[in-house]
Amino acid sequence: MFEIVKKTMLTDSVIEYVLNAPKVAAKALPGQFILLRIDAEGERVPFTISDYDREKGTITLLIQSVGATTMRLAKMNEGDCLHDIVGPLGVATDLSESNKILLVAGGIGVAVLYPQAKYLKSIGKKVVCVMGARNVSLLAYLEEMKQVCDELYVTTDDGTYGEKGFVTNVVQRIFEQDKNAYDLVFAVGPLPMMRAVCNVTKTFGIHTVVSMNPIMIDGTGMCGCCRLTVGGVVKYACVDGPEFDGHQVDFDEVINRNRYFSEIEKQHVCNLTGEVR
Amino acid sequence: MAKIERQHPIELDAEVRKHSFCEVTDGFDEERALIEASRCLNCKNAPCKKGCPVEIDIPEFIGFIKEKKYFEALASIKKTSNLPAVCGRVCPQETQCEQHCIRGRMEGPVAIGTLERFVADRFLNEEIEVKKPERIGKSVAVVGSGPSGLTLAGDLANAGVDVTIFEAFHEAGGVLLYGIPEFRLPKEIVKKEIENLKKLGVKIELNTVVGKTVFLDELRKQFDAVYLCSGAGLPMFLGIPGENLNGVMSANEFLTRVNLMKAYKPGAATPIKIGKHVAVVGAGNVAMDAARTAMRLGAESVSVVYRRSREEVPARAEEVRHAMEEGVEFKFLTNPVRIEGENGAVSKMVCVKMELGEPDASGRRSPITIPNSEFDLPCDTVIIALGTKSSPIISGSAPELEVSKKGLVIVDENNKTNLDNVFAGGDNVTGAATVILAMGAGKNAAKAILKLLEGK
Repeated sequence: MFEIVKKTMLTDSVIEYVLNAPKVAAKALPGQFILLRIDAEGERVPFTISDYDREKGTITLLIQSVGATTMRLAKMNEGDCLHDIVGPLGVATDLSESNKILLVAGGIGVAVLYPQAKYLKSIGKKVVCVMGARNVSLLAYLEEMKQVCDELYVTTDDGTYGEKGFVTNVVQRIFEQDKNAYDLVFAVGPLPMMRAVCNVTKTFGIHTVVSMNPIMIDGTGMCGCCRLTVGGVVKYACVDGPEFDGHQVDFDEVINRNRYFSEIEKQHVCNLTGEVR
Repeated sequence: MAKIERQHPIELDAEVRKHSFCEVTDGFDEERALIEASRCLNCKNAPCKKGCPVEIDIPEFIGFIKEKKYFEALASIKKTSNLPAVCGRVCPQETQCEQHCIRGRMEGPVAIGTLERFVADRFLNEEIEVKKPERIGKSVAVVGSGPSGLTLAGDLANAGVDVTIFEAFHEAGGVLLYGIPEFRLPKEIVKKEIENLKKLGVKIELNTVVGKTVFLDELRKQFDAVYLCSGAGLPMFLGIPGENLNGVMSANEFLTRVNLMKAYKPGAATPIKIGKHVAVVGAGNVAMDAARTAMRLGAESVSVVYRRSREEVPARAEEVRHAMEEGVEFKFLTNPVRIEGENGAVSKMVCVKMELGEPDASGRRSPITIPNSEFDLPCDTVIIALGTKSSPIISGSAPELEVSKKGLVIVDENNKTNLDNVFAGGDNVTGAATVILAMGAGKNAAKAILKLLEGK
């Protein structure tokens, strides 16, 4: 069993969980993910490992309540146990070859970028990040990012914090001012946001890495549910990713595939008002 | 010799079973089993034995049935097979033991598989006391809890070896659990077999992906030997346009959702969508499982699309018969060329007609497209059951392990890899094959590992 050691409400809908998972913590690297099941009947849902503590044997997940499982998770408390956690899965991110990296986080995408920022800082790289959310209440890890970043740009769609507008406005401005400012952009967030960032960086010819979050079952390449097209070739996000060259990803296809169960998911919640299952 | 017709197992009516996940075949009752056993000629050279990958002494166990010594019959099978209740249900007997049966030349071979199942099922609900064998102070890591790993674990545990199985999923059983449907192999049986192994002292670590959670070199340090039996890997797709539309999935995904994640139960947390018209591409056992499962989930029509003819169908004869009885349509000599959709979801599969040409490398006549034969097959779900290619997870984290161009682990006649004390068997060596072949590999590797441990 995997105990919830600590639960922190970061915003109205974003919760940070510290979970006891020593085997995962022992091997986790930035960019990897886990699959969890709440109980013996639960579905397998993937989440990025946003931090880990090898000594304490814990991993940290940042979870936004959007679907059946995440809403049930939100009702769980410290001391409660999850039935299963498996990982770390996927290929770890290695950005260390590049010296001029721009991180771009949209909403919950900061869960992927925060450990990356910490890691880059630890190996002596300059850490610059653009982070944004719909409004101030959805800006998770703001203080943490302020701590770790050498430069941090913050946007909110409604202007409730930082610059009003989208992260893409800032990215566009940065490269307009100096198109050699960065040689790598690492963008993580909702699919439309990643696509928008890619559209901007493409015009400047800046290599851009994105992190995919498709529907998965086994997470080990067995089912093929998480497949996506990258540069015309079918890839499996669970074993080949989750990170890919954003200029090569067929975003329309990924967005369509992620919608496959959305009707069922909606029914799932409203049939059982209050008790989400 | 006296002419006695081959006995037929008791089966649920097709109209009933196509709406139910209950087991289709009930096997033999005692009366039928005794008649069937009496058909065995007890041949001196026992050709049937040669057809069994785990070398069950078939005339011996059938002999015990004739004498109504059922427990002795089970003990005889268990000398070489740890999973009789499973094998009696899922082995392709017609191409193995039964193919060699002398009776086959006359009125049909002895129903060896159904007799094996009869014996195993008689003791399924009885608590059989397991004597935990004396420990020999050696340990073996088994990577994967499918039929190959379970067989090897049983053989080694019986010899007093401390066995730990590492399983990636949250439940043990591998393909027996996520792949083969409930109506063909009730999961209770798999669970029971695994419980029996635990009684022998076998430990199982779930949620552990070797190559990610633990690495092969760690296992090699901690254990005296390692057996890699992680099964088949990534599902193959056709490589035709439209395959990533919603509603197109691999048979692995479809069956895992239903079998392991129980998506067929109302209110299950893991969803499945079935649609009205389902097309299954491929005609192996997995394709039959997918087609029959789709039928049970309420599809109005299910078509199996296969590019060769009826004769080349690789699935077990019984599965094909059952599928046909349940209303699955077979479109032989038909090959999909593209999948088309509306609003991102499948609406039809465009196919061409095929004819058979010269035999190819596999010895089967290769299908050739008939020009201008394109036609539409309307469907809202497409299930691709074309087999699998190797998984990169273990080999990717252990580059010293020798694998073929296709990524399959290379082994010698003892199932040993190029690494000291590391053995491998099952689908990760052969590519997608059968339960019994994987078990045979497990047996073979177990022998070699025991020999190695004795020498240590």
